[in-house]
Amino acid sequence: MKNQSVTNNLDWVTVAIYIIMVILGWLNIYSSSLSSVEGETSIFDVTQIYGKQFLFILFSIPIIISILAIDAKFFEKFSGVFYILGLLSLAGLFVFGKEIKGQTNWYSFGSFSLQPAEFAKTATALLLAKYLSDVQVNLKDTERQIQVLGILGLPIILIAPNDPGSALIYTFLVIVLYREGLPSWYLWTGFIAILLFVAALILEPYVIILIALAIILLIYFRSRLIDRNWMLSGILLLIISGYVFSVDYVFDNVFKQHHRDRFNILLGKEVDLKGVGYNTNQSEIAIGSGGWFGKGYLEGTQTKGGFVPEQHTDYIFTTVGEEWGFVGSLFIIALFVGLIVRLIYLAERQKTKFSRVYGYCVAAILFIHFFVNTSMVIGIFPTIGVPLPFFSYGGSGLWGFTILLFIFLKMDANKVNEW
Amino acid sequence: MRKALFPTIIIIGALLLIARIFYLQIIDDSFKLKSDNNAIKIKYDYPERGYIYDRNGKLLVANQPSYDIMVIPRDVKKIDTAEFCDLLQITKEDFIKKIEKAKVYSPRLPSVFLAQLNKLEYAAFQEKQRKFEGFYIQKRSLRDYQVNYGANVFGFITQVNENIINKNKYYKSGDLIGKQGVEESYEEILRGVKGVKHIQKDKYNRDIGSYKDGRYDTIAVQGKDIHLSIDGDLQKYGEELMINKRGGIVAIEPKTGEILALVSAPSFDPALLVGRKRSKNYTALYNDSIAKPLYDRGLLAEYPPGSPFKILTGLIALQEGVIDTETGFVCHHGFSYARGRFMKCHDSGVSKLHNGYYNSCNTYFASVYMKTINKYLKPSDGVDIWSKHLKSFGLGEFMGYDLPTGRKGKVPTSKTYKKMYPGWGWDSKTIVSNSIGQGEVLMTPIQLANMMAAVANKGYYYTPHIIKSIKNDVIDKKFRTKHVTTIDRKHFEPVINGLYDVYNLGTARGLGVEGIEICGKTGTAENFTKINGKRVKLQDHSIFVAFAPRENPKIAIAVFVENGYWGARWAGPITSLMIEKYIKRKITRKDLEKRMLEGSLIPEYNKYLAKPVVDTLLKTKVDILPKSEMKQEEEPKVTEPKPTEPKPTE
Repeated sequence: MKNQSVTNNLDWVTVAIYIIMVILGWLNIYSSSLSSVEGETSIFDVTQIYGKQFLFILFSIPIIISILAIDAKFFEKFSGVFYILGLLSLAGLFVFGKEIKGQTNWYSFGSFSLQPAEFAKTATALLLAKYLSDVQVNLKDTERQIQVLGILGLPIILIAPNDPGSALIYTFLVIVLYREGLPSWYLWTGFIAILLFVAALILEPYVIILIALAIILLIYFRSRLIDRNWMLSGILLLIISGYVFSVDYVFDNVFKQHHRDRFNILLGKEVDLKGVGYNTNQSEIAIGSGGWFGKGYLEGTQTKGGFVPEQHTDYIFTTVGEEWGFVGSLFIIALFVGLIVRLIYLAERQKTKFSRVYGYCVAAILFIHFFVNTSMVIGIFPTIGVPLPFFSYGGSGLWGFTILLFIFLKMDANKVNEW
Repeated sequence: MRKALFPTIIIIGALLLIARIFYLQIIDDSFKLKSDNNAIKIKYDYPERGYIYDRNGKLLVANQPSYDIMVIPRDVKKIDTAEFCDLLQITKEDFIKKIEKAKVYSPRLPSVFLAQLNKLEYAAFQEKQRKFEGFYIQKRSLRDYQVNYGANVFGFITQVNENIINKNKYYKSGDLIGKQGVEESYEEILRGVKGVKHIQKDKYNRDIGSYKDGRYDTIAVQGKDIHLSIDGDLQKYGEELMINKRGGIVAIEPKTGEILALVSAPSFDPALLVGRKRSKNYTALYNDSIAKPLYDRGLLAEYPPGSPFKILTGLIALQEGVIDTETGFVCHHGFSYARGRFMKCHDSGVSKLHNGYYNSCNTYFASVYMKTINKYLKPSDGVDIWSKHLKSFGLGEFMGYDLPTGRKGKVPTSKTYKKMYPGWGWDSKTIVSNSIGQGEVLMTPIQLANMMAAVANKGYYYTPHIIKSIKNDVIDKKFRTKHVTTIDRKHFEPVINGLYDVYNLGTARGLGVEGIEICGKTGTAENFTKINGKRVKLQDHSIFVAFAPRENPKIAIAVFVENGYWGARWAGPITSLMIEKYIKRKITRKDLEKRMLEGSLIPEYNKYLAKPVVDTLLKTKVDILPKSEMKQEEEPKVTEPKPTEPKPTE
């Protein structure tokens, strides 16, 4: 009887979007990998990656059913355990991890590889939700702030050395904390830090400091006499100066060459269309050549020519852009925006704080993946390895996002009957 | 308010993405074109390589056009393979192999199909080129040698290999790079910088202009011409004198450190390493492990210096104050330095510094050396002070000259001897063979020549270098930096007097050149090899070092002739002819010249080869540098003080 109620209360709008995305992803993977296949072939051919993706999709059905069958309380109760398991699996990479394409993000089981970072996201979201749902927790409290940032920070520290892209994903969860009462200056500081970082790469440090000085002076003299605080203004300027100079230092000394290259390509400081700029250039060409309606499914010349590297994984969006054109791209963006907005709507209607926070986390994680991946592919963000949820080829990614999403759908379905 | 932030970000983010995609897909239509082009074709514009001149402005190395046949495998259509192969004189198997190789590199990008065609081959191919779709001709410039000497000085040009491409971003497959000699050490200066053109092609593979109005294009930078410090005539003469001999000649201008001649024998015509035959010739030269023509003996061969080393023995003793010019030793045709140990000498009577030099008296220098070492309580201190003096002459180091190959030579220190005689006491007697250059010291010919330059300058030298000037550029500052030796200027005069009389009274009588005051020193170095594990003595090396004129020296020179019996037999006359040639520009002693030019040591070299038992071994074991190749430290001679019984030196 319980199953009956779950299916009745399941949010079928979200499920529908999910199914459409997964199938579209599969079709595009098929198109993008045809160039490497000789002769006639079937989309179900499991020796090819599109066939494998089909298997991954099939296997997510039992995963979904299991999640829906489990009591929603289970996820809340064991969130701590999941989190610790997630951390351990990330830490284990340093010892047992397998290197694929220069990154040690994988556990290898024979011909099959798993990427624990994809699952650790769900675990982190669960613990975050659990922690914030405690009545005692008030995010105006500095101690609480430190603890909650610790929950976010631990996986970041473990992931960043191997996979800076995925680490970036976690930082975006701050948006959820803000929703739950984190003081706004956190966001402002983060925002200004990013702004200054980009500015420091483009402009000379002295120019930025002069601009900062001008702004601070302006604020200083515009404010009422009583509010003027020269100490604070001075310290602020000092911090900004230090930061700007350290950006240059970090960029030159801490970043690796391929990171620098990606920034330089993006900022137009460096042009190397055959070398480090090749990916972005080719992906822009593929998308740009799509026009209004695209070249038609399986007709993309760039896609067929195999010009875009990693097209079935991180660059899957290029296939959409080339073969389905602006209209197709718009449709995909609409799907994502629709899904995320729907999730926020669902989160807001949750009765428990736990499921609301978790729902927000799901929305945030999906959004940042979508946004970073798409902007990278269209050349407005440096190249980092972040997949497009439900589209990019790969079992770990697909299952990770599926689990993330359906745990929330289960909670949502539960709300009506159980309390 | 807090609820609104996330949806706001989503909307702004989505709009940003849509705007960018709209721009890419709808507004900027260059992408459509580019995708039809299959990206951008890059064309390189190779600048001409800089010319190489000698010190007098004589052109040594210029360029000639050559033509590479390039292939883009994907574009190759059905062609008449038989006709194609016939035209280029390749076999069908070659054709298939080359195409496969190009495909592996890239089906889309051009690869070199056949390199370095000459004009005739090019003309023949060009006529029919349109029949062979997918192939085209790329013009390149190749070296055109104006002279038939100096191969070891110039080095050669070759296609870059995978290794270099991975290491240096500048080089792409099929690019040329200088190897060995000045082509390698001045590669970047001679090469210039290639220009890059990004060309757009339409889908019929036609060029339709430059990509984004040439925003990313660069212009080629011409390679710079260089003047070498080599004197072309002298280099040529040196190589001629060394025909049918093995060894090296290094001549240096003392007051600048400029290398006037750098001869390695046997030598070969540099033109052998140009064009389609390059690879075959190179392999043949490379595989000649007996004569080793690619081995630059002037720089790489480490020999025991023999008697010329006495120059340093005497100078160091004077500097250390253990002798003065009047200190004498009695010589009875030899020197008994330990019970049962006797160093032979052809001299007799009382030897002082002056006649010690011109008679090359072993007894005298052995005594002087022992006094030097014994000045200090512990022999290890004595040896270390002595090696410090040696190092100030550039011994035991690479010196930093501007040629890509070299050897350090060897300067023993107390550590060397502690290792050689573990548990045994050793003292000045044990190592006395060092006094006459037959001990552990090893020197390359360029180090010998540099030593003579320092003596000629009375106590300083400049790092030897082969570059004289670079067009619109300056040469490395280190070649204009004076190196001062640890020997005071005043000690050189008496030694130079002795060296001067080597020609008048001593071992090089009759080798003098009229009107030029030469100071020199003969040398005869024993050398051994291992044949089937046995130490076999080979014919001695003939060595000569000199500088001239005595006042205001213009040339310092070291000549080394392998297995040339003794110093005055081959190296001495060659030295004196070289000096005459350089200073007088013409040779008056035609008899001597004829004897040297025609003289051959080939029978001597073949003698070793003729031993049938060790034939195959000899190829690797018999070597012109017995000491270094024999891995000195491992030799089983450490059980007792080494018996040294050198031949009387000339």
